[in-house]
Amino acid sequence: MPAAIRDVMPAFELFQPTSVADTLGLLERHGGDAWVMAGGLDTFDWLKDRIRKPRVVVDLSAVAELRGIKDAGGGIEIGAMTTLTEVSTNALVKERFGLLAEAAGLVASPQIRNQGTMGGNVSQDARCWYYRAGWPCYRAGGNICYADTPTSVNREHAIFDADRCVAVNPSDTAPALIALDAQMVIRRGGSEMVVPAQDFFVGPGVDITRLTMLQPGDLLTAVRIPGTWAGKQYYFEKVRDRQVWDFALVNVASAINASGNTISEARLVVNGVAARPYRLEAVEALVRGKARDEQTAEQAGELAVQGALPLRHNAYKVPLMKALVKRAIRGAGEWTS
Amino acid sequence: MDFVTWATSPWGENVLVRISWDLFWAALVGGVLFLIAHGGYMLFSPHHKRESGEVDRMERERAGLPARIERHSFVARIFHWVMAFAMLALVFTSFLPVIGVKFAWVYWHWMAGILLTGSIIFHIIHATFFMDFWSIWVGPKDIPEAKAEMMREFGIDAPGPKPGKYPLGNRLYHLAVLVAGLGAIASGLLMMSRIRTPIFERNPYLMGDAAYGLTYVVHGLTGVGFVGLIIAHIYFALRPEKFWITKSMIFGTISKREYLEHHDPDRWVASK
Repeated sequence: MPAAIRDVMPAFELFQPTSVADTLGLLERHGGDAWVMAGGLDTFDWLKDRIRKPRVVVDLSAVAELRGIKDAGGGIEIGAMTTLTEVSTNALVKERFGLLAEAAGLVASPQIRNQGTMGGNVSQDARCWYYRAGWPCYRAGGNICYADTPTSVNREHAIFDADRCVAVNPSDTAPALIALDAQMVIRRGGSEMVVPAQDFFVGPGVDITRLTMLQPGDLLTAVRIPGTWAGKQYYFEKVRDRQVWDFALVNVASAINASGNTISEARLVVNGVAARPYRLEAVEALVRGKARDEQTAEQAGELAVQGALPLRHNAYKVPLMKALVKRAIRGAGEWTS
Repeated sequence: MDFVTWATSPWGENVLVRISWDLFWAALVGGVLFLIAHGGYMLFSPHHKRESGEVDRMERERAGLPARIERHSFVARIFHWVMAFAMLALVFTSFLPVIGVKFAWVYWHWMAGILLTGSIIFHIIHATFFMDFWSIWVGPKDIPEAKAEMMREFGIDAPGPKPGKYPLGNRLYHLAVLVAGLGAIASGLLMMSRIRTPIFERNPYLMGDAAYGLTYVVHGLTGVGFVGLIIAHIYFALRPEKFWITKSMIFGTISKREYLEHHDPDRWVASK
């Protein structure tokens, strides 16, 4: 069913700016005609499938100021063009935010992590194959969801918060960033906007054609992670069909602040179950002040999956998510950090 | 400017998807231009009510009329305001996202649609059995009144009939709302088969792609139609010379003098 990848992309005008200022100028000038390309892993699928035919492609690979990881007063700032390999291997990230290093290190394959970027991983589009094949579904501006019909193949799709479209967010780093209370730095023209990672991602109810709040003209320049959750107890687990080069069926990221065996504060986020990373605030409230044990984990797992509405072929995600949440609370004996 | 958007279905057919949002902007701009044009015209237009001397005479002849005359019953007013609320909710929930105000609108939209549908069903029953059903309709019998109203618009004191309970403009507006409203409700109910609600079991294949496309286009056209209709309605409701009608939709009654100034007492016999 996936579209055949062809060899020749549609013609477009290519720009390779070397500064953020030039990039913003180009995006302002070309507006909705411009396609922003980071590592190209999402972009080239669209272009080679000839589903998207942008008039202008703005390649960010030469913008040096978008690369690198900086210490930021106990936290860190990661440039949007920093590769996933750099994120997963960087000493500062591993020391303070092992959760993100772990999540970035589990993305796809080594080759893809060498090319894929932090900004690209959180901004990538949905992987629903009906959508990626160019079918005129809601997300593509049409009036139907082909993945939510009695005969659809929807094993990888949403079990929560489906609103016409049932695609899921495919990012591995996104739930980790939300668990770490990260902020996304977005620039447009001469203005800068800093948005909590949780609000950066949008569901289909709010905007059915986008997974993030990025609009034409916007440029994600960096991800800032405050020091608040540095060095806490982390847990990340990704379940996928094969152990490399695959998107998560479900993944879970948790950051827990514990005093002894008692959870004083927790942030839990699951991805692959909804169109935006699914933060479990009710579970976070439930586990606050409780012992980090089997009983709490069991209650957390039960609560996490309440309200799930599986499709024809993805009911397995309910027990899977429940198990992952239990493990995130209970821990597998050792934490990521 | 595009009127509709098309897509290629998985089977290679060109199918309608929905109206182009250019039409929303056209309706919005058209509505505002109408306000400006009509407002400008009304600065110079004569008033259409009866001469005061004639009204004085009619008042003397109809001394038995009550001081306040009921124009809209309590139930009719409640219906009107519920319907107005539903209509505004429908228009805002559908078009705010188009102009860039992003929120989860679908849930509120179909809820408002159900409220509108319920209120319209109630209105049909109420109007059929408890109101003067034909007083709101327009037909060939209204041609003399239309001619007379037109002449009066141009400042000629035409002798033709005055309106019964509802002025011709009211009746034409009701007809337009009826057509657009029933179109929006019928298409909206069919569209609900493609979304998850507790009311219907979702069945995205209830109709074929072409039929759904047409349904979406009808819904869109009636929606943008309502943009213009609502702008016009609110404008007329707030115009000083029409405000007595608006007040009657709030308080239910008009004065005896307003009754005689604007209506034909033989076509709308006020209850005593």
